[in-house]
Amino acid sequence: MFEVRWHGRGGQGAWTAANLLATAAMLDGKHVQSFPAFGPERAGAPVLAFTRISDEPIEIHSMVYEPDAVVVLDPTLLATVNVVEGLKKGGSIIVNFDGGAEELYEALGVGKGEYRVFAVPATKLALEILKRPITNTAMIGALLKAHPLASMENLERAVKARFPGKVGEANAELIRKAYESTREV
Amino acid sequence: MSGGKVPKIPLEKQVRMAVNGDEAVAYAAKHSLVDVVAAYPITPQTIIVEKFSEFVADGEVHTEFVPVESEHSAMSAVVGAAAAGARAFTATASQGLALMWEILYIASSLRLPIVLAVANRALSAPINIHCDHSDAMGMRDASWVQLFVENTQEAYDTTIQAFKIAEDPEVLLPVAVNLDGFVLSHTLEDIYMLPEEEVHKFLGGYRKVTGKTYVDYLGKEVEVKLDPANPLSFGPLDLYDYYFEHKVPQIKALEKAKEVVKRVNEEWYELTGRRYGDGVIDAWGVEDADIIVTVLGSTAGTVRHVARQLRKEGVKVGVLRIRLYRPFPFEEVANAIKGAKVVGVMDRALSFGSFGPSYLDISAALYGLKERPLLVNYVYGLGGRDVPPSLVRRMFEELIKVKEEGEVKEPLKLLGVRE
Repeated sequence: MFEVRWHGRGGQGAWTAANLLATAAMLDGKHVQSFPAFGPERAGAPVLAFTRISDEPIEIHSMVYEPDAVVVLDPTLLATVNVVEGLKKGGSIIVNFDGGAEELYEALGVGKGEYRVFAVPATKLALEILKRPITNTAMIGALLKAHPLASMENLERAVKARFPGKVGEANAELIRKAYESTREV
Repeated sequence: MSGGKVPKIPLEKQVRMAVNGDEAVAYAAKHSLVDVVAAYPITPQTIIVEKFSEFVADGEVHTEFVPVESEHSAMSAVVGAAAAGARAFTATASQGLALMWEILYIASSLRLPIVLAVANRALSAPINIHCDHSDAMGMRDASWVQLFVENTQEAYDTTIQAFKIAEDPEVLLPVAVNLDGFVLSHTLEDIYMLPEEEVHKFLGGYRKVTGKTYVDYLGKEVEVKLDPANPLSFGPLDLYDYYFEHKVPQIKALEKAKEVVKRVNEEWYELTGRRYGDGVIDAWGVEDADIIVTVLGSTAGTVRHVARQLRKEGVKVGVLRIRLYRPFPFEEVANAIKGAKVVGVMDRALSFGSFGPSYLDISAALYGLKERPLLVNYVYGLGGRDVPPSLVRRMFEELIKVKEEGEVKEPLKLLGVRE
């Protein structure tokens, strides 16, 4: 079983990203689970969402405490939230980040070699393609670069079903672009 | 859930989807040809009626959707609809269920086969939107059939089964399908749905009034349903002359519901390949277990997950999920747990001033036996407090200690509360 924790802010679509990844993996034939951790619901507050993907049926119904990967939709969260909490040793951190490696490691507060760290300038890509700073779909693309948890084909299917028409097309393009632009640092 | 036999509708003919628990219930209501839905929004139930109102707006259902001004009205509206012969459905949670309370008794005492989905949520105060079973336990004495589901698949399956159980001529009582708020209501899982027409066949098409008749005050024989052409009174005054006698068939019908829940579970298995224990209890590893934990709802999977690990470590543990809470399956529960040395009874609600509700039922189930296991009541997860495997393991470790010591020092424990 692979467990992902999504970090975002209310309104940024972390829950939607968790659901889209789960739906894509389901289409690949996996067992899935995705859910939000709802606090007081308000735009801008730090929020969490989770995705579980497994070859076996998933019995467990608790939050994820020791994820295999964490995905950070918004780089400003790094200053206030400990995004590596509970992350498995050698697990992956995938961050929307448009800066140097040193800067990112410092922001994360982790040493080199403790985890695998991936960066993608998701806000910049989203502004180019969607004309809006919405990074949730881009970050799924980035996650898939680090871990092939679902096929790109089924992710596109899931995204286009969720966002019909032009919005779906644009998000599919953004996902591909983010996938290509993701670098391990 | 268990497989083995080839179902009438093989998996490749079923529809695989990723939906959350609320959406699963909405699809089940749609597939069940519901005639009337009356509801008022409340988290975490809201997605059910939101999704259903999409079906209405898109013309995918024939349903009369009645947006009412409160849950009291929602239950009243479905009482009227069901009395007129419609298949009626509503959904609520927490304060909404509390506000329905007065009408819950009327629905069951008028023997109306309403189906109610409850996305279980804590009661105020303070305000809390998250899961516990306090809301459902407030209606446990209301003569409703109460089923608790473990996952999103079971939420879909059970909602359909609920109509079949409720409308069985020997039952004719309302059924509440409980799914844990957020933990299931907002959790997306991969499930199988049936082709819609297969559900229609399973339920026998639209609801049929059972054909029971009643001689009205003009001496005319009329069907027992609201009909402007043949006016009838429902629930008129009944004092100490007959009220008591009129409760007897209601008591018997609720007892009978247990067998019907089992039968429908088997019929569903033949059709889909899915069943949930014997329908009333879902046992894992209890046969040779020294320690058994009983639990309702979604926590069962987490408990089983930990129990599997303990079994690998050589500890003989079992898990008993109680699927049917009312009528309580006393005999089945007693048979499943009587061989254990210690039983931990998990309750996601507290009868303040007493124990957790299912602890009282299980104590009653065991009292008549000469030899009984030691019982410890664990009240857990109030207000949505999460139940991670580590917490479940701690409970099992305490129960192992109770077994070694041979006595229960504290019969009521609050699991996962800060000290």
